[in-house]
Amino acid sequence: MLLDIANLSKRFSSGGRDVAALNDVSLTLPPGETLGLVGASGSGKSTLARILLRLTSADAGSIRFEGKDWLALSGAELRRRRAKMQMVFQDVLGAFNPRATVASVLGDPLRIHDIVPKVERPREIATLLERVGLPASYASRSIREVSGGQRQRIAIARAIATRPSLIVLDEAVSALDVSIRGKILELLVELQQERGIACLFVSHDLAVLRAVSHRIAVMEAGRLVEIASARQVIENPQSSAARALIAAVPRLVTGMPERPHHDV
Amino acid sequence: MSALCEIRELEVAYRGNSVPALTNIDLDIHAGERLAIIGESGSGKSTLARTIARLLPAGARVRGEMRWSLGQAPLPGRDMGFVFQDPAASLNPVLTVGEQVAEGARLHLGLTRRTAYERALDMLERVRIPDPAKVLKAFPHQLSGGQRQRVAIAAALAAGPGILIADEATSALDMIVQAEIVSLLDELVREAGMTLIFITHDIALASGFADRVAIFRDGGLVEAGPTGAILTSPKDVYTRALLASHRDLSTPPLISEAAS
Repeated sequence: MLLDIANLSKRFSSGGRDVAALNDVSLTLPPGETLGLVGASGSGKSTLARILLRLTSADAGSIRFEGKDWLALSGAELRRRRAKMQMVFQDVLGAFNPRATVASVLGDPLRIHDIVPKVERPREIATLLERVGLPASYASRSIREVSGGQRQRIAIARAIATRPSLIVLDEAVSALDVSIRGKILELLVELQQERGIACLFVSHDLAVLRAVSHRIAVMEAGRLVEIASARQVIENPQSSAARALIAAVPRLVTGMPERPHHDV
Repeated sequence: MSALCEIRELEVAYRGNSVPALTNIDLDIHAGERLAIIGESGSGKSTLARTIARLLPAGARVRGEMRWSLGQAPLPGRDMGFVFQDPAASLNPVLTVGEQVAEGARLHLGLTRRTAYERALDMLERVRIPDPAKVLKAFPHQLSGGQRQRVAIAAALAAGPGILIADEATSALDMIVQAEIVSLLDELVREAGMTLIFITHDIALASGFADRVAIFRDGGLVEAGPTGAILTSPKDVYTRALLASHRDLSTPPLISEAAS
């Protein structure tokens, strides 16, 4: 198993109340698989992603990643191993130094994790850009002057730069226009298949998760309430949370808008 | 349906921008309809909303005509309510929910403080806030995003306007809350016979309840018409592309099914 999360719990205190953000969550992820993690606001899905990325601590439970006790790692060892677990967030501009150029955004992880020798970095940056569908000439641009969709491609290029075995994506396509969203999802699926990267794809949008996930895990009020193949969750949901999320996906209504019948 | 507003050759440019945000817009808004303004980033849809709402920033240049059937433009707040994407930004953080919802009713309907509060309580009930008497005394930060948006809707409707403009009012909410807010808006405007102008990037969301849709792209109106007609036989290639890029649970996945 690439990732093994066991009995993870986390409590926050909010307005004097003690809230269980995560309550005894366990799940596993084999190499090369995409697991969709879905839930309403406050379900705990982002807390799970943040603990996994070591951005916040857990109160209880364990995480094994590539066979190591991931939560016990610290310092140089943690920094070194982070290369294998990368992330892509929703607000890409906020995730970059606003003064950065595209080349420095991609060059930093190559340097920090010593992926290629210095002399080969420009060529590696060009290769990464081309792999995510951008011209190599974009390297000299400022991160602010590229469009939202292009910036998300650069975030993906940065994530794959360190040759990770797992990428955690938190609402990574939610802010994009639909026409761009589809292309980014296609790119993610291609990269995943080509490089055998596993993905934990966190979103409130089941339609997006349906497109890219092998399995889907459903969270509600800090608990994992359902986990099964994407098809099973969509076609035969077992939890009320999954049924509510399915019902909430907007469908294209091509007939006349439905009017409720008022029986008097 | 009669035209409530006839927009003709509308052009809007922001200060310091030589390229207009909207050009050559001809569009009718019908009284009592639910009109969806649909477009992606940079389409000009929010500029249109701000122009109708008279909320353009200082220095914006507006050319063309907006002919209102009543002769004069509706008064924002009284005749026209607004709901925006971020309810935290449209609510005042230091005023209680009650003060903010009552304000419109007091200002525009000339209600006393006490009757305005009664009206505010009634409005909170109508937007189906749980425990409205308690929420009346709460501050915006004490509420969830979905509840704040319900409060923003209550405040927008407190003076009983005939027009409601909702600009990406559900985009920051999760899908379940989005579905609840859309059905609430739909019900409220239907009950009151209001005109709803619903601005969204989500053509599927609009298709569920809008009478008419207007598709915008790069500052121009691509096409407009009855929802069913535009969705079943779109004339413009862009509308077709927009429909094709829609993804729901019946869209084939991009990956092959798991072996497990």
